[in-house]
Amino acid sequence: MNYDALRHFADSWGLVFMGVLYVILIGWHFLPHGRQRSAEAARAIFEDQTEADHG
Amino acid sequence: MEQLVWKTGGWFALATLAFLAALAAADFGFAVHMGIVCAAALAVAVLTMRHADYEAITRGLLKMPASQDKYDDDPIRWGVIATVFWGLAGFLAGLYIALQLAFPALNLGIEYTSFGRLRPLHTSAVIFAFGGNALIATSFYVVQRTCRARLAFPALARFVFWGYQLFIVLAATGYLLGITEGREYAEPEWYVDLWLTIVWVAYLVVFGGTILRRSEPHIYVANWFYLSFILTIAMLHIVNNLSMPVSWLGSKSYSAFAGVQDALTQWWYGHNAVGFFLTAGFLAMMYYFVPKQAERPVYSYRLSIIHFWSLIFLYIWAGPHHLHYTALPDWAQTLGMVFSVMLWMPSWGGMINGLMTLNGAWDRIRTDPIIRMMVMALAFYGMSTFEGPMMSVKAVNSLSHYTDWTIGHVHSGALGWNGLITFACLYYLTPRLWKRERLYSLRLVNWHFWLATVGIVLYAASMWVAGIMQGLMWREYGSDGYLVYAFSEVVSAMFPMYLIRAAGGLMYLSGAIIMAWNIGRTIAGSPLREEKPMNDAAYDAAADRPLVNQPA
Repeated sequence: MNYDALRHFADSWGLVFMGVLYVILIGWHFLPHGRQRSAEAARAIFEDQTEADHG
Repeated sequence: MEQLVWKTGGWFALATLAFLAALAAADFGFAVHMGIVCAAALAVAVLTMRHADYEAITRGLLKMPASQDKYDDDPIRWGVIATVFWGLAGFLAGLYIALQLAFPALNLGIEYTSFGRLRPLHTSAVIFAFGGNALIATSFYVVQRTCRARLAFPALARFVFWGYQLFIVLAATGYLLGITEGREYAEPEWYVDLWLTIVWVAYLVVFGGTILRRSEPHIYVANWFYLSFILTIAMLHIVNNLSMPVSWLGSKSYSAFAGVQDALTQWWYGHNAVGFFLTAGFLAMMYYFVPKQAERPVYSYRLSIIHFWSLIFLYIWAGPHHLHYTALPDWAQTLGMVFSVMLWMPSWGGMINGLMTLNGAWDRIRTDPIIRMMVMALAFYGMSTFEGPMMSVKAVNSLSHYTDWTIGHVHSGALGWNGLITFACLYYLTPRLWKRERLYSLRLVNWHFWLATVGIVLYAASMWVAGIMQGLMWREYGSDGYLVYAFSEVVSAMFPMYLIRAAGGLMYLSGAIIMAWNIGRTIAGSPLREEKPMNDAAYDAAADRPLVNQPA
């Protein structure tokens, strides 16, 4: 693939691929149950703490 | 026993090889470096041979509690001490070169102490020695707590710590000796780069191995940031340092790239060192330590995920904004500018996420100096991630580039964001790692906070004035079409600003010295300092009753 072809791929299908991947990676967490699972993940660092967690 | 002989023999063989390399070295600097490697290998060989339990010795010396805990914390304790030490060294070097700019006589007339050699010493000491040790120590702490698993490969974790210190010593001595690739933030020469690559792969193995053996189903978002930092730095470091040594026994090498390709590779590296070392890694610290210190979960976990993927997708394209109006193709410059401006949004999303974690506990800013430090760090994160995109706009850059405005911008991010969040994490970690009731003194944290904050304000404000003045003076044409100011006139006009900047640096260093004292006393187990408590909201028992028996 020469420079010109690479450049045109990058600002057409390459860009679309990146955009779609970005939307999927983020959209995943906005599916149903995403809210609850995110809240659980945020609280996980506070749960079942042992003495070792404080020191 | 046989294994001990082999181990010791191996280290001696390495020391001998380094000694021979020093003898056959093509230049003085390489000989000195091989001497350092030889000394380090000999020290390890002797320690191995004596089969001393040197971990127990350091535990006694550094007052570490016996490591019977669930988590493997010794490398983290060393990391805390190393971070404080390298921080002091780096800030002192920075203050000295700031004074050199105001008073050139401080170059002392010898090459080893000239500005050109001390400047990379300062930048590397604060970014890679201070920041890097903070990142390694906190990542080992956070990954164990959030995965509820001990560090994988404990011996390798110790190698990462000591190997990284050797890298720092080789880099720092190299700058003083004049060994440099001349690439911003990537100055070390080829053999030091190879050593760092080995250490970094070991770091990835320890961190990734710990995540793989986790007993929590979910990988907490702080670990995503740490992992992206480790992986991206590995990629950037290897590509940007592709070079061919002139001699296998000499320190000089030449880059694999030439001309504008070389410049773009360098700034692709340079800007992403800012993006993934100084931003992603420190955001990982933010996403764990701010919720822990505030004792409430992060404001929005899903916002933190948007923050993460947006940084990953956008940051990597922003590097060309360092090469505006150069030989770089115009479309690449515009690309860098557009992505830099887009980065503003996720950065502010992250800042808001961190600040809003305090929602409902805003009084903690008044009562808890560590929270206060974290909030100020986030405020500076927001300020510098607004200033950066603005400066990357070509029209603004034509004024700001090559001026001290850039220096001011870097320092509002580095001193304000990276420095303050690191200090806050050190204050959080020290009493927990050494099993103390709390820090030796909270009032001293408060002193540190104000000295650092006022120091940064003096620094950033004086550099804004200096930079904009410098930019305007450079471009000032008279009616006759000639430049109005000579370069020397611009330099002398900046003298007052240089003094104010040095004063700001002195305050920042003073705060760090207070921190070293406070952390030192905490580690030593001194009785808590007798002082007025930070939280003195009065309790009025008489007023503390319901309104039941009052007439309507």
